[in-house]
Amino acid sequence: MNAREAILAAVKKNRPTPVVPLPDVYEPPWEGTLINLGYKEHFARLPEVAHPHGPNESLIPHFREQLEAMGGRSFEVANAAEANKKLADLFPNAKVVCSAVPEIPGTRRVENVADPHELSDVDVGVVRSTLGVGEAGAVWLTQAELVVNALGVLSQHLIVLLDPKAIVETMHDAYRQIDLTRSPYGLFMAGPSATGDIEGVIIHGAQGARSLTVLFLAPAAN
Amino acid sequence: MRVGLFIPCYVDAFFPEVGIATLELLERLGCSVEYPLDQTCCGQPMANSGAQDDAASTEAHFVECFKNFETVVGPSGSCVDHIRFRFDAIEETAETQKVRRGTREFVEFLHDDLKVGEFPWASFPHKVGLHNSCSAVRGLGHARPSELVYEPEFSKTRDLLANVPGLELIEIDRPDECCGFGGSFCVTDEAVSAKMGYDRVHDFYRHGVEYITSADMSCLLHMKGVIDRLKLPMKVIHIAQILNGGPS
Amino acid sequence: MMASAARPVDPEGRAARFIALVEHETTHDRLVWGMRQNRDKAAAGVPDWEKLRDLASQIKEHTLSHLDEYLEQFERNATKLGTQVHWARDAEEHNTIVHDILSKHGVKSLIKSKSMLQEECGMTPFLQRRGIEVTESDLGERIQQLSHEPPSHIVVPAIHKLRSDVATLFAQDLGTDPKNSDPHYLAEAMRENARPRFLEAGAGMTGANFAIAETGGFVVCTNEGNADIGASVPPLHIASIGIEKLIPRASDLGIFLRMLSRSALGSPLTQYTSHFHGPRHGGELHVVLVDHTRSDRLGSPDFWHALKCIRCGACMNTCPVYRRSGGLSYGATYAGPIGVILDPGFDLDKYRELPFHSSLCGSCTQVCPVKIDISDQIYKWRRVMAEKGLLKLSKKVGMSALGTTLSHSTLFHGGEAVGESAIAYLPRFLLYNSLNPWGKHRELPTPPKQTFRQWYIANRRKA
Repeated sequence: MNAREAILAAVKKNRPTPVVPLPDVYEPPWEGTLINLGYKEHFARLPEVAHPHGPNESLIPHFREQLEAMGGRSFEVANAAEANKKLADLFPNAKVVCSAVPEIPGTRRVENVADPHELSDVDVGVVRSTLGVGEAGAVWLTQAELVVNALGVLSQHLIVLLDPKAIVETMHDAYRQIDLTRSPYGLFMAGPSATGDIEGVIIHGAQGARSLTVLFLAPAAN
Repeated sequence: MRVGLFIPCYVDAFFPEVGIATLELLERLGCSVEYPLDQTCCGQPMANSGAQDDAASTEAHFVECFKNFETVVGPSGSCVDHIRFRFDAIEETAETQKVRRGTREFVEFLHDDLKVGEFPWASFPHKVGLHNSCSAVRGLGHARPSELVYEPEFSKTRDLLANVPGLELIEIDRPDECCGFGGSFCVTDEAVSAKMGYDRVHDFYRHGVEYITSADMSCLLHMKGVIDRLKLPMKVIHIAQILNGGPS
Repeated sequence: MMASAARPVDPEGRAARFIALVEHETTHDRLVWGMRQNRDKAAAGVPDWEKLRDLASQIKEHTLSHLDEYLEQFERNATKLGTQVHWARDAEEHNTIVHDILSKHGVKSLIKSKSMLQEECGMTPFLQRRGIEVTESDLGERIQQLSHEPPSHIVVPAIHKLRSDVATLFAQDLGTDPKNSDPHYLAEAMRENARPRFLEAGAGMTGANFAIAETGGFVVCTNEGNADIGASVPPLHIASIGIEKLIPRASDLGIFLRMLSRSALGSPLTQYTSHFHGPRHGGELHVVLVDHTRSDRLGSPDFWHALKCIRCGACMNTCPVYRRSGGLSYGATYAGPIGVILDPGFDLDKYRELPFHSSLCGSCTQVCPVKIDISDQIYKWRRVMAEKGLLKLSKKVGMSALGTTLSHSTLFHGGEAVGESAIAYLPRFLLYNSLNPWGKHRELPTPPKQTFRQWYIANRRKA
């Protein structure tokens, strides 16, 4: 009997009882508005807790708040020109800007990169995210957008373009929109790389990106 | 109401005043209280060490002492928690079940069963820190555990003490952190137990508490040991003594 | 369960030594309690928190009660994506499989992210003995690797150290300024030191937080992004996954992820939540599914619920004993309350004292996002130790003496004569550990003039 057979046999033999049915896929009990369920009073007692947005409010302020709490930052830009200017303002000394997006040419195109090791000198990486999550200030990046996955982690700084309409509230909403099998790599990135391993002091830029900047810009219509 | 009075072993030996206050208060509240003389202990010290064989005869003896009472009341959260939720070293006969189900802890008996709203004979014009023991909070449900942020807040001990004239309840930093007594833990894991006791006592002291009160004399015994060693100007008092009108 | 020739771990002694380091212990307690407080705040911001706990617990229980089916489904779907799936019955098999894969690819150095499973298996020393260089990429794990210590906390492995300790350590191993203990300076030094290792490594290794049966992929949660570098730069990615990490559907991730980092650190997600479904462009992906006592534990009605654990560390953060003792006091892969209920399953004899390194306060059970009955399991492990004769001798004899005395009224109360009473008895119990441990840091209670029983007889007993 090989290891696979042995393990499966042992696991089957030791099935615990009683058998528990699989719960249905979870639907959060609200439609983008937590206030409706009377949680207003609860949150009123806890002023230091970040309030979820109310009915008919845009998700953008909540997303921006959470992103900032995680150590990231965001800006609104009207068009590609403004986005390029923002990059230049934020990173005036950047030598290598490796871009995956049409809006920002950069100094190197990631499509021309054959091996991830070539990205070790990238000062600023630029990529587009197709989905943002409000409750965590997180952006979703896959191999499709990154082209070379290492762009997301070897770049010293990361700029992410995001259509502000592509923000959902919770992780439940996000997973409804994603087919995980379509890309070998998928990342929810909530702020830059961080650690609190030394006496709990929060440090940004532990291993991956030192900073994460989201620019709200819809993709150009094709 | 006729109740059997259960006095934990260490209360009997070291803190008779707590037993006296419990008895007097129950009588004031209209109960006819009987104290079976042969009682010894609930079996918790042995059971908590995993020594079920050693706990069995004590648990059996407990059932024997209290089998003729519909209601048994005892001033100890940890003992009653053991009786109601563990107490399985002996066979679960109908008699055993009856005794287990009928055993009430002092605070829950006053709050839930007798629903006492006033203590006109009591007065306690002091700054008081409330220590709800771990068994009281997470076992018996005396108060909302601080971990469960979504439960509505409640505290039976606080509700009772709110009816004592002059008493000022002081909030502390860590409302329900363990004091470190833990039964035989207090001697087997001595350094940790003592440090936990020091921290808990300091939390009360820092906030200007004069008296620490609890429904568990075991916790108070441990904290008193720390207070006396540190020579801090604080005292401990069981809640029964406050509700009965100050130290007997 | 393995028998061990090693002496049993003495958590109480280790704890006492940590407590004697006043600055270390007080800092540790303050920081880790802070994590519990952050958890409370974060949980308060999620109105369906208790509902999520219920669902998470049910999903895990369901999965574990059908684990063979889900493992097969995972393997099928992973293979479809081009992932190579291996199976290991125990630590030895796991290490051998990993070594074989590395050898086939001629890997001389690898870089890894946090994996408690790899720690369990003793993978790093195994590989190093065979000439493969292994670098921990997580800052806390690297600190521990350089100190030749295991991690002391699942999430923040070096939280028991002061910054000055790290400064001294890095001065030795990384050539930093020993007088500069600024965490930013030290973290930057580590970044500069680790980066070339990522670029040179022939393989990246990770663990996994969740393996999804429906998709054949797995999820790794980090704050540093080190798992991502390890997976995206070297051409070979090997993931070690405990069989209990399976969940049925991608949609279930929402439930677990919304609680994982909130429970651990108080943030809504870890900075990086990475999903791997098949090898990356230009790379190879291997998964090693590991049993190593898990299928045994599955068959234990008392202890199988511990397999629901998602390794958040919330139980450690809330545990008053853990915070005073430090994680190294447990002397095992897993520390804190989860350690107490897992470690004896690896070595009953070596970890016989762990179930007593707890005051049974029950806080851990309340914070566990998957509703493991941790405190009840600690209590049950005590029974196992007692039944197997593994109690400390003093406790065995003490409990036996107590059991006799407390079941006999005459023995306990003595006669009615003053002087013959339990007062003489109780100090003996308290003093049984002959060095009077009660009295080390506390004043002994003074016996009263009468016991309650004596008072009752004198004042209340009807003639």
